[in-house]
Amino acid sequence: MPIGPYQQPLAFVAEGGEVDNYRVAEPRPRPEPAGLKLRDIEKRFGDNRVLRGIDLDVPAGQFIAIVGKSGCGKSTLLRLLVGLDTQSEGEITFHDRGGQPIVPNARIVFQEPRLLPWFDVADNVVVGLGEGAPKSEARRLAEEALAEVQLAEKARAWPSQLSGGQRQRVALARALVSRPGLLALDEPLGALDALTRISMQTLLTRVWRELGFSAVLVTHDVAEAVHLADRVIVLDEGRIKLDLEIPHPHPRKRGDPQLAELEGRFLSAILGD
Amino acid sequence: MTTVDILEARHPVRGVKRRQVSLPSISRQHYMPYLLPLAIVLLWQLASSAGWISDRIMPSPLKVVAAFSEVAASGQLAHDVAVSGARALSGLLIGGSIGFLLGIANGVSKLSEQLTDTTLQMLRTIPHLAMIPLVILWFGIGEEAKLFLTSLGVLFPVYLNTYHGVRNVDRDLIEMGRIYGMSGWSLFRKVIFPGALPSIFVGLRYALGIMWLTLIVSESIAASSGIGHMANTAREFMMTDVVVLSLVIYAVLGKLADVIARALERWALSWNAAYQG
Repeated sequence: MPIGPYQQPLAFVAEGGEVDNYRVAEPRPRPEPAGLKLRDIEKRFGDNRVLRGIDLDVPAGQFIAIVGKSGCGKSTLLRLLVGLDTQSEGEITFHDRGGQPIVPNARIVFQEPRLLPWFDVADNVVVGLGEGAPKSEARRLAEEALAEVQLAEKARAWPSQLSGGQRQRVALARALVSRPGLLALDEPLGALDALTRISMQTLLTRVWRELGFSAVLVTHDVAEAVHLADRVIVLDEGRIKLDLEIPHPHPRKRGDPQLAELEGRFLSAILGD
Repeated sequence: MTTVDILEARHPVRGVKRRQVSLPSISRQHYMPYLLPLAIVLLWQLASSAGWISDRIMPSPLKVVAAFSEVAASGQLAHDVAVSGARALSGLLIGGSIGFLLGIANGVSKLSEQLTDTTLQMLRTIPHLAMIPLVILWFGIGEEAKLFLTSLGVLFPVYLNTYHGVRNVDRDLIEMGRIYGMSGWSLFRKVIFPGALPSIFVGLRYALGIMWLTLIVSESIAASSGIGHMANTAREFMMTDVVVLSLVIYAVLGKLADVIARALERWALSWNAAYQG
């Protein structure tokens, strides 16, 4: 395993800068959102240059979406950000709102929920607290996180008893329970049906606005990117082809003509016409 | 939330429907499996009473029951069952533990797998009962011989299924576990072992069958107590009823072991949709 933000022991930084492991005082601290700075990132697999010359600055707390064709390197970029992989060249640094360097608490949600079928829903969320969390406290935090994704009543259910959308909400709760400063989303809604997807988008917007973490969403769905993100980046053959802010306030209306126009611009950038 | 609500609203309706249909079928589930054995016993009794089958060849069920109460009254039966049961269990425990540990080690560690898997696969192909002459030369007809054979027989199915189970744990779940800081023992306890458990149970149930088989054979060949010994002694005195009784006892014990294993399986795998309800 590469060493990355993931491997950092989970700690809550209480006021006054003291690190408080799991003995979390009420109310729970809001996460310190992590800003990103990528400089000249290159990633090679053998002779294949998947990413090249990526320069990117993401202010702390921003929600960005990365779109592009399959194989454009967007998932690879995401794996670099959360330390699941290491870049071949270049530098990734993280900073807080004040620009001071930090080690972020980064979490990732995949397309598949990856729940442990032999743990009940709440214990799956407890996994998100990392190792060594005291049991009763962990369970309480898990139930809180489940309430945030509107699944409090399913705490004792088995994952196999949930629908696909509910499972993905559990995965989201598991990622959020440790109050990450950076949440990476790798096509998290890709396997859901259209209606469930819309309700999940609403949920994502809501938790992001409540908790204030930085979010990086990788998706092939341009409409989704435009609906959720402050800023959309088009990747093409490992390079940034288009990088546009979406100034519209949240929550956004579906079918907004200005958003639809933006969506068109991104689509033509991706398709290259 | 529209879709979720629709799904949830439909659930109770489905539940009620299922309950209405399944109420009579639950009791049917319970008696159906025993209809055939019961019919066979009845037919058997009928054939014996009518004189179609000689008592020397096959005693009637009633005679077997009589033999049962006779042997049971003398205390011999309880003793023999206890002795056989203890042999079976200790063989299962020893062989099963070795197979389980090797399966885990080889599933988790590449080095261990390279060192031992080929050897185990070679040993596996020898029918373990073919070792009886050698085992008698080594251990005589003492307890060690039976323990050795039973352990050996049980080891391979447990090994193979444990190894296979560990190897087939979802890689995505393991990656997820590592992402959330699991490693070593906690990764094993929370992800690998529970993931391998369904396969381990298959191995256990298979091993139970081999356990009885080995025990029966080794007790018939060389033993001074146990059910196999009881049957063998009865053969010398032409007591067909006791011979048949011992077969029935083996069948009952085998079924009992399987029922216990299945109950254990249901309990341990209650998370798995295949074992729910």
